[in-house]
Amino acid sequence: MNNTVKFKADFPLLGKPMGNNPLVYLDNGATTQKPGEVIKAITEYYDSFNANPHRGAYELSIKATDIYENARIKTQQFINAKYSHEIIFTKNATESLNLVAYSYGLSHVGAGDEVLIAISEHHSNLVPWQYVCQMKGATLKYIYLEEDHNLSQRDIEEKITEKTKVVAVAQVSNVLGLINPVKEIVERAHKAGAVVVVDGSQSVPHMAVDVQDMDADFFVFSGHKMLSPMGIGVLYGKEALLNDMPPFLMGGDMIDYVEEQHTDYAPLPAKFEAGTQNVGGAAGLSAAIDYLNRVGFEYIEKQEKELTKYAISRMKEMDYIELYGCDSSRDNKTGIVTFNVKDVHPHDVSTIMDAHGVAIRAGHHCAQPLMIYLKQNATCRASFYFYNSKEDVDKFIEALSKVRGVLGLGA
Amino acid sequence: MELDSIYTELISEHSRSTEHKHHLECPNMSLKGRNPSCGDEITLELQVEDGYIKDASFVGIGCAISQASTSIMIDLIKGESVAKARHLANLFLRMIKREELTEDEEEELDEAFALKNISNMPARVKCAVLSWHTLEEAFKEVEGKH
Repeated sequence: MNNTVKFKADFPLLGKPMGNNPLVYLDNGATTQKPGEVIKAITEYYDSFNANPHRGAYELSIKATDIYENARIKTQQFINAKYSHEIIFTKNATESLNLVAYSYGLSHVGAGDEVLIAISEHHSNLVPWQYVCQMKGATLKYIYLEEDHNLSQRDIEEKITEKTKVVAVAQVSNVLGLINPVKEIVERAHKAGAVVVVDGSQSVPHMAVDVQDMDADFFVFSGHKMLSPMGIGVLYGKEALLNDMPPFLMGGDMIDYVEEQHTDYAPLPAKFEAGTQNVGGAAGLSAAIDYLNRVGFEYIEKQEKELTKYAISRMKEMDYIELYGCDSSRDNKTGIVTFNVKDVHPHDVSTIMDAHGVAIRAGHHCAQPLMIYLKQNATCRASFYFYNSKEDVDKFIEALSKVRGVLGLGA
Repeated sequence: MELDSIYTELISEHSRSTEHKHHLECPNMSLKGRNPSCGDEITLELQVEDGYIKDASFVGIGCAISQASTSIMIDLIKGESVAKARHLANLFLRMIKREELTEDEEEELDEAFALKNISNMPARVKCAVLSWHTLEEAFKEVEGKH
């Protein structure tokens, strides 16, 4: 049995047909499928250990607390954070970014300051910063792109200045699939006195990440894009910064003492985790990390790279396909392939591919400013994960070759 | 899902038609419609005189379904009274919401009836209703001003 067949067998949904076709799932950038053992970890939690953690002084609640806090330690090790209390559980990367924008941004960005982001940012790492700048009278600046769709080196060098208070950038763009030079950006930003927020939504599931080596001040990701259930996400922040920030959500569990007119907040990480948390989700995340560690990022990266290379080479044989971010002059392409079919709207492409069991994403990918910058109304995106096979790519290409015909256009 | 039931010849032809895709010389009504799920945007232009739609056109970007639906709609409403156009929009939106139409009502929708199957595709409903919603909104806005 080859590796992908072996991995696919671990994912119940990947064995189910879509209409009359076997499912070819190529929307992993949006969310990945879940292996049986992650699903089992979630049901096991609710079957055997469900109680509100941190509260009850009874065995079940202590077990639930253990599961939740062990997930935190596992996450800390997974991205190599220095302390486990630097890991804050949230709903998803979007909530993590909002937490940073509201709590750090609104208290540290002032009139005349600048926030610098990349034009390729997902709305979740763009709209909150727009809001912060509007509220504080600051300016939102953009790193634009090189011809090969990498971040403009010149903008990185020139736009981080002493006015810059925050640089927010994705480690991998969800549309272009290119790895950004975050380490270099962090170095430059720190020299200028700015903090750096790195969106790891499209990197953490696909490559080994070391937040200490990167020296990011904040780092966020979603569980559901890395085999975990939806509704569990992570914010990593450096201890000193998190300690210095006001809480984002307030209520139960995030306090030490509450008086009529005054509250002492709890220490990290509880300060940022108000209310009952998603413990079942944390159990799932923990199981997902175990699974990914077993597969190993060496294999994951190699498989995704091969699939992407193969897909792009096949697509380049079709002269009516336009590709974006697929001609990087650096060796930094991940498993995201964004494209358009000449004269066909992406939604029609997606509908027609769907009729062949091939699931891809179509639209603006929550990156409208990037679409405008690329002068595209919308695009199609195929995104691979380690469980995808060469046969999946072949089926994708076969379906793609039928698109124009369905609409009465010549091949 | 059968692709043939959606991308029919009629829809495919209308989606490529440029007959109504241009600016009007002197429109007295113009309204933008946006599909937030894909960012597609069309602008509907109308020249309305004495309660009749003398001329109509559209500009903008969209998928085959939204472009075809817009083209068919303009075919239907051009030369008709505003009241009739609003009535047709109402019928069309009811059809897409899978409400029962009488045989007469189906006949009134003429070529637009060919878009009925879209009602089985929740992901594409917004594409089909974009122009019709825009038309409704345009008249609502005028109504509001009186």
